[in-house]
Amino acid sequence: MQLGCQACKKAAATVHTTDITPDGEKRERHLCDNCAQEEGVIPKSQPHMPINEILSGLVVQKTTIQQLADLTCPSCKMRFVEFRNSGLLGCVCDYDAFEKALLPLIERAHDGAGHHIGKVPRRLGTPRSAESDLIRLRRELNRAVDGEQYEEAARIRDRIRTLEEQ
Amino acid sequence: MIIDDLCKQSGEWLRGAGPMSDIVISSRIRLARNVSGYPFLSKATDDQKSELSHLLRRQVDERATSGQWAYLEMAKADELDQQVLVERHLISRQHADSRGERGVAVSRDESVSVMVNEEDHLRLQVMRSGMQLDPIWEEISRIDDRLEEKIDFAFHPRYGYLTACPTNVGTGIRVSVMLHLPALKLTGEIERVFRAAKEMRLAIRGLFGEGTEAAGDFFQVSNQVTLGRTEEEIINDFKHMVVPKIIDYEHHARKALVEERALALDDRVWRSYGALKHARTISSEETMLHLSHLRMGINLGRMKLVDLKTVNELFLLTQPAHLQKVHGARLNGEQRSAARADCIRKRLASE
Repeated sequence: MQLGCQACKKAAATVHTTDITPDGEKRERHLCDNCAQEEGVIPKSQPHMPINEILSGLVVQKTTIQQLADLTCPSCKMRFVEFRNSGLLGCVCDYDAFEKALLPLIERAHDGAGHHIGKVPRRLGTPRSAESDLIRLRRELNRAVDGEQYEEAARIRDRIRTLEEQ
Repeated sequence: MIIDDLCKQSGEWLRGAGPMSDIVISSRIRLARNVSGYPFLSKATDDQKSELSHLLRRQVDERATSGQWAYLEMAKADELDQQVLVERHLISRQHADSRGERGVAVSRDESVSVMVNEEDHLRLQVMRSGMQLDPIWEEISRIDDRLEEKIDFAFHPRYGYLTACPTNVGTGIRVSVMLHLPALKLTGEIERVFRAAKEMRLAIRGLFGEGTEAAGDFFQVSNQVTLGRTEEEIINDFKHMVVPKIIDYEHHARKALVEERALALDDRVWRSYGALKHARTISSEETMLHLSHLRMGINLGRMKLVDLKTVNELFLLTQPAHLQKVHGARLNGEQRSAARADCIRKRLASE
């Protein structure tokens, strides 16, 4: 069951915030995108809805936010707070420079995943290992069975057997 | 460039052919890539953008192409031409609206387009009509391989292909299918599809891209997760779970309409035909709605006076930039509504 927006009482609430009042009390708010934009909870011009959803949904202690915001990439000089505002990174080094702050966001955006297992440029020349293929295939098998795709499941099972025999 | 020619035809993805084309209008795959050794575009200087643009344009020209291509420098292009490309799904709205040196290469049949200096240095896109994700993946991956022989794309041992926005990192892949779901919309069951999509971490948008209300019963479904799964896994989800399931729902809803509400259904289809055939002024929204009903009527065999290809073409020709391009002049809203009604009437009269 979805929560309704507390402001317009029409749309489904998609932005959830927890504020601490000066008296130290927690105040939860549930708003739809439009109302959250109107109230300035999330930025108005949004190049990246998904990333902003993720950013605004992230609840971190205030002190930590401050520390993370000041992280600066030695290469492109971007500060983490800049990324928070724009949703766009400045250079490839940001992935390592901001890792502490970025990894939780990446995992949130990608269903908990933090490692690439797809295509690799040929120049790097390391084809996927049989080990990682097996891990992937077993997961595919589970998905196929869950989705009642039995023909597909049988096909995957055969591939797993072949790999295991090698 | 060839934009004037483009406007007279409808592009491969609107041919109305291909597997499951009664419901799947088109399928497309996009890959995001960045050149190693250059900052992402938000931190790139004008000189770096210019270098990237030259480098990528040359490599795309030499390696990505086997047939005839056109390259358009966005900064020099007419605003209307840019909008035409947006309406044809060859570039993003963002690419049209941003500034600085950037461009797009488009294959003659419009099935392949390559955006240079959009949000990432390179955005490859392959699009075809109907449900054709396997051949699309084969083609786009081959183009990617060919480019990789000459360009080092930014790649991280842990995170894979690096992108300006971390929501695209890993595979950099965005798989989208455009679906026509009039019966689910009519019966209100579309909400169930939305909920199921959300649970599967899929995004649903309207026909004309990001931020648009899903107008006229057309929906674009795309993956959001790009990391921790292989390209094939992501594509297989669409092939084996997402698309067949939604198609099944839609067929079910259509069958129920035919069996239980045939009169109301025919009334809707034929009223839409009447409105399109006789209107003297018509808005874009109303056009989309009627074309959608007409398309459903054709697919259910209840409307034989118009064919699918014509309906698909009209979706494009009645868009604002196309209307003005064909008309050869800028038109205000009111003039566009009149020109749109004209265009549709002429087209249907020749059927």
